[in-house]
Amino acid sequence: MDKTIKIQVRRYLPEKQPDPFWQEYEVPLEPKWGVLDALIYIKDHLDGSLSYRWSCHMGVCGSCGMMVNGEPALTCATFLEEYQPGPIRIEPLANFKVLRDLIIDTDDFMGKLKSVKPWLITDEKRDITDGENRQTPAELKAFKQYTLCINCMLCYSACPVVGLNEDFVGPAAIALAQRYNYDNRDSGNAARHDTLLAHGGAFDCTLIGECSRACPKHVDPTGAIQRYKADGAMEYWKRLIWPKAATAPKNDGIVKQID
Amino acid sequence: MSSSRNNDPFWWSFFGAGGVFSSFFIPIHVLLLGIALPLAWWTVEPETLLELVRHPLARIYLFMLISLTLFHAAHRIRFTLHDLLLAKQIDTPAAYLCYTGAIVGTVVTLVTVWTL
Repeated sequence: MDKTIKIQVRRYLPEKQPDPFWQEYEVPLEPKWGVLDALIYIKDHLDGSLSYRWSCHMGVCGSCGMMVNGEPALTCATFLEEYQPGPIRIEPLANFKVLRDLIIDTDDFMGKLKSVKPWLITDEKRDITDGENRQTPAELKAFKQYTLCINCMLCYSACPVVGLNEDFVGPAAIALAQRYNYDNRDSGNAARHDTLLAHGGAFDCTLIGECSRACPKHVDPTGAIQRYKADGAMEYWKRLIWPKAATAPKNDGIVKQID
Repeated sequence: MSSSRNNDPFWWSFFGAGGVFSSFFIPIHVLLLGIALPLAWWTVEPETLLELVRHPLARIYLFMLISLTLFHAAHRIRFTLHDLLLAKQIDTPAAYLCYTGAIVGTVVTLVTVWTL
């Protein structure tokens, strides 16, 4: 081995010992190796008991998010060379329950994601003979940025409000709600208002902005949340002053998942 | 998630309005009254200023400027306390304290502007 770098991993093996502990490994400092490559090397050559998630190795699947030197990062897109001379400290994503080693429990996030109904909700029933549901480039542009979210949960790790308030629905879920709210084919705003206006909804955000800084896909959840606050405040006053004018939930049933 | 009505959008509306209002107009006041007047770039008789602020539109403007800015500050201070003290428990007392301050300030402003 020519050049090496030390990797400190926060291990958690609940069947062996109740508390997490640190374990250090030394891996080759290969050019262009990501932190994920180092973990794969450890598992293949040094310690087969190490557990972590990964899948695509190209910044698309959103599985390999971990804390690298205290910052949430996709480990496939974070390179060893940037951390010379080391050591590099790797921990499971902050603000999540840890199941084992670097593997977090995603159930809470999945539940929150589902609560904002991130799918197309349409008023009219359409079938295959109706053909394509065409959109202009401008209509696509209105929400395209929010479609780039890969559900990697880095924004949940970066967000102090998520850490303080377990009810907060969180940055990615609100950005994905907005992805459908701004889609001209969708008419599910009313159903989403019920979650986003409630306790734990968008107004729990205190506008810190860490989610947008952490986002590897430049979705800008902060911007999505701020835009929602303006829309949601209008809806709140409508419901307060003239409930009949408020966006009535027409339909929650006809569902097409397009992404 | 609690089923009780969430009043944060109510307070946020005043926060948002106050943010827009104060960011547009407060710098003008700072420039005129805080810099230009003390440095004598601009001179104005106090009586002339008093006459100006007694105009009904000026009274409405001053009331909105001060009151909305207070609500903006109240909301931001509440959230800053929440974030800095890293405590969920601080939020309800902080909310009462901050918004009560803004409401009291609004009443004082109303009386002051009315009786100028």
